[in-house]
Amino acid sequence: MRRAFRNMNLVVGGILVMAIVVTAFLSVFYTPHDPNRMNLSKRFQPPGPANFLGTDQYGRDILSRVMKGAVNSLVVGWVAVGIGMGFGVLLGSLAAYWRGWKDEGVMRLADVLYGFPAVLSAILVTSSFGPGIINSMVAIGIFNIPIFARLTRGASLSVWQRDYVTSARAIGQTNKAIIWRTILPNTLSPLIVQGTVQLAIAILAEAALSYLGLGTQPPHASWGRMLAEAQTFMEISPRLAIFPGLAIAVAVLGFNLLGDGLRDLLDPKLTEARR
Amino acid sequence: MFAFFGKRILILTATLLLVSGMIFLVLKVIPGDPAQIILGVQATPENLKELRHKLGLDLPLTVQYWNWLSALVRGDFGRSITYDVPISALIASRLTVTIPLAILSIFFAVVLSVPLGIYAATHRNQPGDYGVMVFSQIGLAIPAFWAGILLILFFAVHLQWFSAGGFKSWTETPLGALKSLLLPALSLGLIRAAVLARLTRSCMLEALGEDYIRTARSKGLAEKIVVYKHALRNALIPVVTIIGLQMGELLAGAIVIENVFNLPGLGRLVFLAIGQRDLPVVQGVSLLIAFFIVIVNFGVDVLYGVVDPRIRLGDGKELRG
Repeated sequence: MRRAFRNMNLVVGGILVMAIVVTAFLSVFYTPHDPNRMNLSKRFQPPGPANFLGTDQYGRDILSRVMKGAVNSLVVGWVAVGIGMGFGVLLGSLAAYWRGWKDEGVMRLADVLYGFPAVLSAILVTSSFGPGIINSMVAIGIFNIPIFARLTRGASLSVWQRDYVTSARAIGQTNKAIIWRTILPNTLSPLIVQGTVQLAIAILAEAALSYLGLGTQPPHASWGRMLAEAQTFMEISPRLAIFPGLAIAVAVLGFNLLGDGLRDLLDPKLTEARR
Repeated sequence: MFAFFGKRILILTATLLLVSGMIFLVLKVIPGDPAQIILGVQATPENLKELRHKLGLDLPLTVQYWNWLSALVRGDFGRSITYDVPISALIASRLTVTIPLAILSIFFAVVLSVPLGIYAATHRNQPGDYGVMVFSQIGLAIPAFWAGILLILFFAVHLQWFSAGGFKSWTETPLGALKSLLLPALSLGLIRAAVLARLTRSCMLEALGEDYIRTARSKGLAEKIVVYKHALRNALIPVVTIIGLQMGELLAGAIVIENVFNLPGLGRLVFLAIGQRDLPVVQGVSLLIAFFIVIVNFGVDVLYGVVDPRIRLGDGKELRG
């Protein structure tokens, strides 16, 4: 039963993530209506055959906007985690290779960044360089760097001690080759698990930034932005505040469950210890 | 012992310098001249030059940083461009909203999560346990600001028990002030509760598996005493640590929640300051939150060293292999 429950994380998470990814992909080619097209004669329409989830304060189709919002969230999430993983893995593996004061320096810098909550660092960056989707990706990405740097360093340090690394050295492989061919492939599974979890956090951070008006700018559809607009018209049309929030929750739940499921799959020892 | 504290204090000082340097630099490289923002588009070049000199903006960057830092040590955060008052006074008045909000949300989080975590651990792999885990997963997936909007929808728009936002001052009506913080604190607390319920559950499970629990049971102690007096006390240590470490995230969450409920706290202050390009305020508040986080982390680190000698003695040696 426990095993089934554990696998269920992977299955349910996988299905939810798949649903969001397919929706996002589909919305690039097809949405029921133009998500940005206003039609003031059809404001606040209830759900019906013409507009499956109804319309908003400008008469725009909510379903189409929720679908487009998926692209936005996923792109911001992936790019942000990509930035964090790229720089973090590089710094973490170099720190583990260097050891000594250089390692200490990199890790202290990571500690400084690590203490910063995502939303706060994102607010600092977007307030300095202006709101917008690119800046929010960079801001959330910067917050991700220390997480991956610490993880990679920790995992690499233990791999460096292994016998197969000594063997690789003995047959004359260069340090660069050892890092690329031996160290990094052996640190991959915790990175994949953490990456999935960070995606969920990045989606939440993007939604919060867009809600504050610092992320995706109008008229582009973003779930956080839709919620901010919905709040103004909550008494007229409470529905507006439901669907974008549900979309965020489904996406985050999906990535969190997938992360848990992957952890069980890739690192059963860790899961056993955790329980 | 001295080496341990000395090293920790050295690291703390370096970290604080790094944090302040980073915040200073981030807000220095941005486009826009503060003198121009203060004087507006009508300003003459002479006026601009004079104000830049008065604000110390014509000095080298290192001197500016040093001046800023030494003023900070004296508790002087500078003046707000928009309100033209000392930033420390602005921050102090806003803290009367943000600190009670943070405390109240921790209260909600603990009151909800600890009983749920205990229940789940003592009913492991039963429907109740799965229910708590599902609650926890859903709680983790819901953004706090959406929880806030849903609470407003239900309690303010539908039931009309609360107002949808705003804040009544503590001096005018303390109860009214508390009431205006209830929904925002609940929306922040619910999300924290999801994390803490999970943690309490796993810590309780670990504690319940220890030898001293078996001893307590074999002595014939009542199950309630075993669970609450023996297991819970030990399980709560990591839970309390995490609550402390999450204060930073809570403050960051407050920035968003204060905007959802239109509360005049630190978060609303920094958010409005961004819109008004009042960068000294953004700088001051970010620095305050960052310092707070760094010092809490330092406190936890040192406390662990005091409580657990293994950490103190093993400090720095574990990696030398």
